[in-house]
Amino acid sequence: MRDLLTLESLSGQDIGDLLDLAQNMAEILDRPIKKVPTLRGKSIVNLFFEPSTRTRNSFELAAKYLSADVINVQKSGSSVEKGETLWDTARNLSQMAVDAVIIRHQVSGVPQQLAEILDIPVINAGDGSHEHPTQGLLDALTLRQAKGHVAGLKVAIVGDVLHSRVARSDIWALLALGARVSIVGPPSLLPSTYEELGVEVTTDLKEALADADAIQVLRLQKERQSTGEIPSLWEYRLRWGITRKTLQYAKPDAVVLHPGPQNRGVEIDSDVLDSSRSYILQQVRNGVAVRMAVLFRLLGGGHDE
Amino acid sequence: MKQVALLMDEDAIRRALMRIAHEIVERNHGVHNVSLVGIRRRGVPLAERIAANLALIENETLQVGILDIGLYRDDLAHRPFAPVNQTSIKSAMIDKRVVVLVDDVLYTGRTVRAALDALSDFGRPKAIQLAVLIDRGHRELPIRADYVGKNVPTARSERIHVEVQEIDGIDRVYVEKVPVIEGEE
Repeated sequence: MRDLLTLESLSGQDIGDLLDLAQNMAEILDRPIKKVPTLRGKSIVNLFFEPSTRTRNSFELAAKYLSADVINVQKSGSSVEKGETLWDTARNLSQMAVDAVIIRHQVSGVPQQLAEILDIPVINAGDGSHEHPTQGLLDALTLRQAKGHVAGLKVAIVGDVLHSRVARSDIWALLALGARVSIVGPPSLLPSTYEELGVEVTTDLKEALADADAIQVLRLQKERQSTGEIPSLWEYRLRWGITRKTLQYAKPDAVVLHPGPQNRGVEIDSDVLDSSRSYILQQVRNGVAVRMAVLFRLLGGGHDE
Repeated sequence: MKQVALLMDEDAIRRALMRIAHEIVERNHGVHNVSLVGIRRRGVPLAERIAANLALIENETLQVGILDIGLYRDDLAHRPFAPVNQTSIKSAMIDKRVVVLVDDVLYTGRTVRAALDALSDFGRPKAIQLAVLIDRGHRELPIRADYVGKNVPTARSERIHVEVQEIDGIDRVYVEKVPVIEGEE
């Protein structure tokens, strides 16, 4: 494995191995000194062309816990604003002897293009509506910790699946690990093409949540209302919001996940978000462990292929 | 053809681990301040057996910490990727205590160096001692063992195999003599 661009291209075995590695990395976060010398002398660039707090910080801390040096490059204030192309940015980074690039970009496929230009590992931190592989891994890890396994679980993904790179990565990871997946949301925000993969597609929350062991609640991008894809936030909450009442459609021990940031009172109510059913903070913690695992997998060893 | 010679059988391993346990007690005047940490993989079952022996001798139950040194290797860039396994050590097992590190074979000393680095991330031990089942020589670092099951002078070309019931289904130590190719050591 040289890059991490998608989860679609990984087998259940590959994903399981990364989760095992992340589980063992998580132990480092409990130590009094949360730093191991593993990637000492490696330098990593966090190239974020789209706003992000959690993912960028999580990658930065993961790299630092492994003793790598990290620099953060954001679109605003960088030469990209002056018209520098991605190609030139990449070439400049290579000249600075960088060992890996983590990239978030609003256009799907950009990490892939970057990986073709660069001869160092490229990690996709979210590209357009394509994929967010480390989020898919951390969601799978959180589920595995909560339930002891992923295979055989029924997971309902609720909300704007169409524009969600998180949902896409989740679907690939969960299917590869043997889970059942149902997706539910407004008809305008549901891709029907997933039916071919064996994903259950419905607009009825009750149906999607029936027998669900876990619910992944997606963030509702509020601009969907101005583009006419949802009628109103009020109606969205009424039909697809995860509230204490709608949670009862799922199994009594179903767990709730959310990739964040949350719109409290829209896609999820505060009393669900802050309940013992919610594994949202565990997801954040696992995010660091998963990113440590990915960095170690890509940089912590000679060439094995 | 490879030649194989048995160095230790089940009884010899059992006796060596019992002797090491007695030496640990003697040297530390008991085990009330001692912690055992096994270096994965085969150091862990060996440490557990030493702990069982110590329980027999001193009637004190010692918890065994598990240490994987994969994140502390100094040759990561030169080896194929190897996954990191579980480490379970509590600071309370380390701080101000005598930590006895346990491994199956002491060779170049690099694994022990990595283990020493790792331990210092968990706390500040009063002292660290090293117990190994086999010392085969060829040190590349100034490291020596405090407790040795058996000293085995070897050629670099030879391979020592330690097998333990818990992992390999059998207790034995044997040396594999790989024929020396002319021009090599």
